[in-house]
Amino acid sequence: MINNSLKISKYCHISSDRVLVNGKPFIENINGLDNKSFLKHIYKSIEIAYSKFFKMDEISKLGFLAVEILLKDINLSVYNSEDVSIVLSNSDSTIDTDYNHQNTINDYENFFPSPSIFVYTLPNIMIGEISIRNGIKGENSFFIVEKFNAEIVVDHINSLFLTGKAEVGIGGWVNFHQEKYEAFIYLASKNGNINHSASEVNKLFNLIT
Amino acid sequence: MEELIDKLKLQIIEQLNLEDIEPEDIDADEPLFGTGLGLDSIDALELIVLLEKEYGVKIQNPKDGQKIFYSLKTMAEFIQENQ
Repeated sequence: MINNSLKISKYCHISSDRVLVNGKPFIENINGLDNKSFLKHIYKSIEIAYSKFFKMDEISKLGFLAVEILLKDINLSVYNSEDVSIVLSNSDSTIDTDYNHQNTINDYENFFPSPSIFVYTLPNIMIGEISIRNGIKGENSFFIVEKFNAEIVVDHINSLFLTGKAEVGIGGWVNFHQEKYEAFIYLASKNGNINHSASEVNKLFNLIT
Repeated sequence: MEELIDKLKLQIIEQLNLEDIEPEDIDADEPLFGTGLGLDSIDALELIVLLEKEYGVKIQNPKDGQKIFYSLKTMAEFIQENQ
């Protein structure tokens, strides 16, 4: 299903070596920082103050930062908070956080399950963090698929739009597994120059690879 | 007591990922929740784990939590009384 009424106005990529906004370099990992350090560097670079960021797991940090960069200079308040939807996807769910939590309960003699790790053992918690930060109350979904599937995300956002459940969609892919991570987030609304179609979204996604 | 409070400050900063907080920013008499450090309910659970894991101290009655976690000083007093 392709609905040309929705357009993409902005998109953002984050990988281990750079951040792109609309395909153009925004932040480079020139010092080869590891994942934690690079995400912290991005946080500092975009000059936000949100102490909750440091309590998030790595995938939530990644998605949070991508959306922060995406929505910079975008005024979402012109929409009802219920009309902003989020549809994200990945292939590894929250596997790193799952392992981290498992490590707190592996040893019967040292059995201290961590509440703060446990709460992040679902990928839609990332959507919750993004929603809280941006006051978003619309429909949201998180799909776990083998590899990026633009049709799933595009069709879902278009469906929400066509059924009057959303006027804006934040869509994309946020995956984090060990040192390999990537985020691709875009904004779909009535404004923009790029058709919100699977083929166009695939083209944008592949800019990072 | 002072030594225990200083140790608790470091442990809380690490355990609760209080990235922007330095030990000297935490007043031992100030409330831990509601203001200041901006701790939430998950942090409270994490503090319970910290007491058990690092000091072998369990809170038997959950209703006592509010009093025990009022401040760093009350936490330290609880540890000293129950270790």
